[in-house]
Amino acid sequence: MATATATKDKSVLWDWLTTVDHKKLAVLYLIAGTLFFVKAGMMALFMRIQLMSAENDFLTGQTFNELITMHGTIMLFLAATPLIFAFMNFVIPLQIGARDVAFPFVNALGFWIFFFGGLLLSVSWFFGGGPDAGWTAYVPLSSGEYADLGLDFYVLGLQVSGIGTLVSAINFIVTIINMRAPGMTMMRMPLFCWTGLVVSILIVFAFTPLAAGLALLMLDRIFGGQFFIPDMGGNAVLWQHIFWIFGHPEVYILVLPAFGIISEVIPAFSRKRLFGYTAMVFATLVIAFLGFMVWVHHMFTVGLGPITNSVFAIATMGIAVPTGIKIFNWLFTMWGGKITFNTAMLCASSFVPTFVLGGVTGVMLAMVPVDYLYHDTYFVVAHFHYIIIGGIVLGLLAGTYYWYPKMFGHKLNEKLGILMFWLFYIGFHMTFFIQHILGLIGMPRRVYTYLEGQGMETMNLVSSIGSFVMGAAILVLVINVVYSAFNSERITVNDPWDARTLEWSTPTPIPEYNFAQTPQVRSLDPWFYEKVHGDGTMKPAEPMTDIHMPNGSILPFVIGLGLFTWGFGMVMMNMENTIVPPFLVIGTGVILTFGSMLIRSIKEDHGYHIPLEQVKKIEKEVS
Amino acid sequence: MAGSVDLSKGLPSHPEKSTLEGKNKFLGFWIFLGGETIMFATFFGTFLGLREGTAGGPSAEELFSMPLVFIMTMLLLTSSLTSVLAMFSMKKNNFKNMLVLMIVTVLLGLGFLGFEIYEFVEYVHHGLGYTTSAFASSFYTLVGLHGAHVLFGLCWITTLIIRYSRSGITLTNAPKFYVASLYWHFIDVVWVFIFTVVYLMGIGGA
Repeated sequence: MATATATKDKSVLWDWLTTVDHKKLAVLYLIAGTLFFVKAGMMALFMRIQLMSAENDFLTGQTFNELITMHGTIMLFLAATPLIFAFMNFVIPLQIGARDVAFPFVNALGFWIFFFGGLLLSVSWFFGGGPDAGWTAYVPLSSGEYADLGLDFYVLGLQVSGIGTLVSAINFIVTIINMRAPGMTMMRMPLFCWTGLVVSILIVFAFTPLAAGLALLMLDRIFGGQFFIPDMGGNAVLWQHIFWIFGHPEVYILVLPAFGIISEVIPAFSRKRLFGYTAMVFATLVIAFLGFMVWVHHMFTVGLGPITNSVFAIATMGIAVPTGIKIFNWLFTMWGGKITFNTAMLCASSFVPTFVLGGVTGVMLAMVPVDYLYHDTYFVVAHFHYIIIGGIVLGLLAGTYYWYPKMFGHKLNEKLGILMFWLFYIGFHMTFFIQHILGLIGMPRRVYTYLEGQGMETMNLVSSIGSFVMGAAILVLVINVVYSAFNSERITVNDPWDARTLEWSTPTPIPEYNFAQTPQVRSLDPWFYEKVHGDGTMKPAEPMTDIHMPNGSILPFVIGLGLFTWGFGMVMMNMENTIVPPFLVIGTGVILTFGSMLIRSIKEDHGYHIPLEQVKKIEKEVS
Repeated sequence: MAGSVDLSKGLPSHPEKSTLEGKNKFLGFWIFLGGETIMFATFFGTFLGLREGTAGGPSAEELFSMPLVFIMTMLLLTSSLTSVLAMFSMKKNNFKNMLVLMIVTVLLGLGFLGFEIYEFVEYVHHGLGYTTSAFASSFYTLVGLHGAHVLFGLCWITTLIIRYSRSGITLTNAPKFYVASLYWHFIDVVWVFIFTVVYLMGIGGA
């Protein structure tokens, strides 16, 4: 990323470690998220190899359990979330016409804490194996009695990375509420900003119960708490409640930004404004609200009673209504549009039917009596992969192809892109559609093998082959990234797609201050409005002056490292032979963490100004 | 520049919110407190669910002593009052007054923390260890987490007092003091709920 920078005297590594620039942090999120995504994807392939034939012994049951746990945990917390944050980081400040997020320091802090949390979870492999109780970590399976050290890494790794996610979310909310350019009213915000705002609110209210739940599990495992031990007055179902109070909104945390991306890509390539903008905003809010009211549908078979189950079943089905509104709005946006089917649009438009399939099975699962049949079978696995891959991953792919030119200064290769899309789309349906049927004939999820002669061999084989096709698609994407980096034409125009929103009004590459003059927004789709009704440039809302910028800082990195050390020390309390006493490690972590916070509090950091001449010089260079 | 404030006529009436940085901090911190509320709510829910689970160990009625909790409550409520008064002083640009009131807040908070430690030690002597029962674990976790918040708040406010002991009120430190006092109020509100849910319901047997 060749952003013009006023601080050229830093080394590249130091620059990236200390950066507080939202665009660079977006790239960091993108890289970290992709690495975790590939890692968890490899785990899925290993599991599919194991399940390829009956009574296969490619993996042991224990390894399979560890892979299944890490696959789910990494995909949700360390792959999907950071990839979404990558786009939110990059796009939201540009779309609302801001120079940066509200708290650039906190933005960097969020990234590094997330990153070190993920690292803490990942090092479990080197200390006796990963967690093995499923990504939901139900007690008593995850209690000290049944689960080893891996679960301690799970609890503390997620705790740490959750803090990172939480502070980033607070940052996004404040950014969207306080930092909008003049004229950018709430109802003129692009839908991606709206979903970003709503998702951030969901994170604030969903990740905090998770933090509390993980703390309880940690206290049980490391300090001998009795929360989940029935003999001591504890309650095992409590964990399920706390987990799903977080876990269900988490689904919407991931899928709403994907909705946002789709709502940007479809209008851009249909050459029409988004149909039913107001309804879309309203539907987003309703989904977010209802998302908190449905967690018990994960627990229908626990036995909470018919009244409870019915209430939650109806609330769950209710979510289909706002989601349906969205589906129809996307269809009507495309209806009568001049559609360009490039890779971004292929991903975005194919998202719509795929997501509907996931939604339909969702409503099926919401019916309590039949849920007793579906529960814990491959039907559920198929359902949520249709939501997560058919919804979130397709959305992320669309976003990648759409915003790539703005982020990196060149497009991804279209031929390879379309190849990737078809491989991915076919592979995906091949893997997961058949799993509906597997589930209906009774194959339970999370088993590492099955017997011969039960009619499951062929379908599992097909599913496994499909997963390799999907893997090949991701390989093509990686090849595309490398190939395009060397061979693709550099973008010199602001707006390679002839798009609608404010991020396309900035020059490519974007100067570190984004906008030399804050733009005046006059309409929804402000950039398109100026192209049609104005002279094709944004009207400035302020005179050109010195631009105030935040200083970079290494403290976010140090705080992340401190929390990693602290967490690792806590895990050491359950290890048998520690070379150094755990309290020394914990102490080091605490000192690093709180010491950095103290320095941050004591040292007033007013940032610096880019002088006017410099701004003019940079503007001349990029235009 | 959007963030600049005319200081020629003295500090504005709301020095904590007159810069963009201040406004952002103000809003961001409120949202953070929203998240904290939910986190505490989860711990409250856990406590409510498990408070009957004494597993043969000491129960709430046997342990809790109203006079002690009353003193603690009074200390914390008063400290909240002094921190409000400190904010009034800040808005009137009376720096010395603000500093004194903040110091009183810290002293009251220290008193509270001392009593809490004494309380915990007493309970352990009465046979309520952390691992005794689900009631014990959830009680110590909820009240202890609140205590940890008090400790963090004390360290924070003390740091601010020492750092800015000679600087007067500026547009940079006003948001910092204001946000710290918000945090202190939050701790106080949580205590009101702990007092009701843990202690009153524990003794009243509701």
